[in-house]
Amino acid sequence: MSAASRAAGQRDEISFGRPDDGPLPGEPGQLPAGPGQLPAEARQLPGDAGPAITTSGLAKRFRGGQLAVGGIDLAVPHGSVYGFLGPNGSGKTTTIRMLLGLVHPTSGSHELLGVPMPAGANAVLSRVGSLVEGPAFYSQLSGKANLARYDAADRTADPRTADARICGALDRVGLLSAARKHYRAYSLGMKQRLAIAAGLLGPRELLILDEPTNGLDPQGTREVRGLIREIAADGTTVFVSSHLLAEVEQICSHVGVMRTGKLVFQGTLGQLRSRGATRILVRTAQPARAAEVLAGLGLADVQAGQHEASGQLGGQPPEEVCAQLVQAGVPVAGLDTPRPSLEDLFVELTGEGFDVDG
Amino acid sequence: MSTADVTGPAAEVTGPAAEVTGPAAEVTGPTAELTGPTAELTGARLDPARQPSYRLGPVRSWIRFLRSELSLVFLRWRNLALLAVLAAIPVLVGVALKLSAPQAGGGNGQGPAFLDQVAGNGVFLALLSLTVLLTLVLPLVVAVVAGDSVAGEAGHGTLRYLLAIPAGRARLLGVKYAAVVVFGLAACGVVTAASLAVGAALFPVGPVTLLSGTTISLGAGLLRIVFVTLYVAAAMAALAAIGLAISTLTEHPIGAIAAILVLALASEVSDSVPQFAVVHPYLPTHWWLSFDALLRSPIAWPDLMHGLASFGAYVIIFGAIAWARFTTADVTS
Repeated sequence: MSAASRAAGQRDEISFGRPDDGPLPGEPGQLPAGPGQLPAEARQLPGDAGPAITTSGLAKRFRGGQLAVGGIDLAVPHGSVYGFLGPNGSGKTTTIRMLLGLVHPTSGSHELLGVPMPAGANAVLSRVGSLVEGPAFYSQLSGKANLARYDAADRTADPRTADARICGALDRVGLLSAARKHYRAYSLGMKQRLAIAAGLLGPRELLILDEPTNGLDPQGTREVRGLIREIAADGTTVFVSSHLLAEVEQICSHVGVMRTGKLVFQGTLGQLRSRGATRILVRTAQPARAAEVLAGLGLADVQAGQHEASGQLGGQPPEEVCAQLVQAGVPVAGLDTPRPSLEDLFVELTGEGFDVDG
Repeated sequence: MSTADVTGPAAEVTGPAAEVTGPAAEVTGPTAELTGPTAELTGARLDPARQPSYRLGPVRSWIRFLRSELSLVFLRWRNLALLAVLAAIPVLVGVALKLSAPQAGGGNGQGPAFLDQVAGNGVFLALLSLTVLLTLVLPLVVAVVAGDSVAGEAGHGTLRYLLAIPAGRARLLGVKYAAVVVFGLAACGVVTAASLAVGAALFPVGPVTLLSGTTISLGAGLLRIVFVTLYVAAAMAALAAIGLAISTLTEHPIGAIAAILVLALASEVSDSVPQFAVVHPYLPTHWWLSFDALLRSPIAWPDLMHGLASFGAYVIIFGAIAWARFTTADVTS
């Protein structure tokens, strides 16, 4: 059985096998394993380098007494595209601000690329690109001048390559032709893309993107997704927060799900999917007969419709079930194993509707 | 050396993303150390233990950051307008004095210091302007730039990006303070330069009679005026430190600017109430006008040193407050 199946039904399971639905982006690691605080599985799994982000009991209580983040243990594997999911107000942005050293945690600790934060902030953050809560630039400057401003603030940036790096970053997000336009004349999508360009000014080993497709039109969203894939394919770890499930489903290899300041799930996308009970659906002219066979195989919740029969697959391989059906003389016209949608799983984890608990 | 050297390849980086390597690699031509970062721009896997292969000396990187900060401050229309106002006021004062010269010639001793000397020697217009502007306009100009320094970045949200780059909190604060000090110096310089130009145009100019009665040559007099300007700039640097500290407390620049002005005015008012004589020497504005110590022969050093010590104390105390606050604050803007 795969790690994914073992994780099914367990909350807070932290284990990083290879996702069952596709290889991890990036290659086996060159990173030395980070020190301590890691779940054993994460250390022992072959083909995985040290984690890009680890947090241990990271918590933030704001001065008003409001608990924004209540002790989370993130483990973001090197080379992964990690989707950080959660409804609005679940503590995603506060967590990201803590990761970047903007907000000081009330308790707990964290490491970026194996460097303890916030002590190592000056050393490690230049290897981390970030987009936090939307773009923010100087409206009186052009797009290019804005990037030059941020580049000048980076003590590790080489002024001699600044122009080439800035133009390269602008080109990467498709803004080179608007480089000399004033920022205030940019559309929301252009502003968002400029913010991503700012994260790509130097060589980055880790990108932390908070809602990178916020405010983008469908084309822009596709472009950003493509960009993230491209960056990840180069071996950069991408930590991307989002509340758009479709987005996460398309680009992420791993997910962490937040609910009111707690990490309620962490694992591969496959592990998240396997949390839901997969059903098998048989289209046949003899649904009653099929239902009998399914029940005979020990499937739970067997139902017979007019043209189909279905049951919870449990751990049974669908091809086996099919063979049994055929052997029993059931005319199988079609077979499907519909998985619960990510949205269903997400709602199951984070709660229904607008209720804010806690 | 400078960024201007690499402007060439800019035009070549027009192709799709995959082609960026090309032009970037071309830039590396002359210097071998550049190969690292540019090659990695394309996303090659990095060794985390590796230090960035290019590391600008801390001083040079600081200067680069300061230059960027100065261009932001000095290319802002609002700030340029403030400097223009500072240049215009001496012109107005000079013209007004020229028109009313017959009456002013009476020398009745009323009005601000140096008022009566201007008609006789245009050089004194600089001292008159500085004295007049120090009561409100110069502190206002410095308050605007100082109050905006950190609070403005926080209000715009650019602060979180600067810190995530990472600019370094103490380093950012240092650059911010240096830029405000430079702007304050420029503001004082603009007043002096405009006053001297207008004074020379409208009034006779010649050897300068000091407050102690001694007459020195025009050149020596101008040198004294340069020192006076620097002294006033030092006073503004002290105000800038107070402003910087206030600016770290808020993300609303207008609030910070107002607070700094209120503080400066409250200090000036207290300074004019005799009952508060005990605290007068400790008020931030008390020593601002003590630059007349420079206009005596010999220079009245004790007064001058008191003033400079007061400014230094304010810079240290409020610089420390700004540092303590800014390096520990949560940036949630």
